[in-house]
Amino acid sequence: MNEIVVILGNIFIVVGLLFDLLGCIGLVRLPDVYNRLQASTKCVTLGTCFILFGSFLLMGFLWKAILAIAFVVMTSPTGAHAIAHAAHRSGIKLWKKSVVDRYEEDKK
Amino acid sequence: MMTNVPFIFSLLLIASCFLCLYRIFRGPTSADRIVAVDILGILVVGFCALFAVYTPRKFFMDIAIVWVLLGFIGALALAKYLEGKGFDE
Repeated sequence: MNEIVVILGNIFIVVGLLFDLLGCIGLVRLPDVYNRLQASTKCVTLGTCFILFGSFLLMGFLWKAILAIAFVVMTSPTGAHAIAHAAHRSGIKLWKKSVVDRYEEDKK
Repeated sequence: MMTNVPFIFSLLLIASCFLCLYRIFRGPTSADRIVAVDILGILVVGFCALFAVYTPRKFFMDIAIVWVLLGFIGALALAKYLEGKGFDE
């Protein structure tokens, strides 16, 4: 039973690290502020939740890790939404191949 | 053959942090830099979780919780700054 929990915790940590790495590759490779924000925020939030859940399993069901997961899930998309809203309102252009901009249409 | 598992995990996270630092130094607009700083703050939470597991000291998890909340406040303040308003509105 105990060995199964340890193996599951390590697997969760490895999956979370891979999500983090892919999100940061998206942060470097994508062409636009909004694309970078979308890719990196979603991947890194999920990856950090996986790392925290793996540490929850490895540290003998420490409840603070679950609290940290709740805070990450609540605060990270909210901050990303605020940054995207501010970037659009401060007049940063979209990528030239972007096809739709509903927020610009709503403002007119 | 070096099979040091926490070392390899930390190396993957450090690679992610260097990609974020590349975007901070290179980013064309200030919004890129703000996004990268926000992502770097969430990566530090993962570092705190790994430290809490592999150096068996449980207070690193408290540091992770505090770092999440302070990073959120920092992201909101930077978004307000980017929008060009004052902090009191």
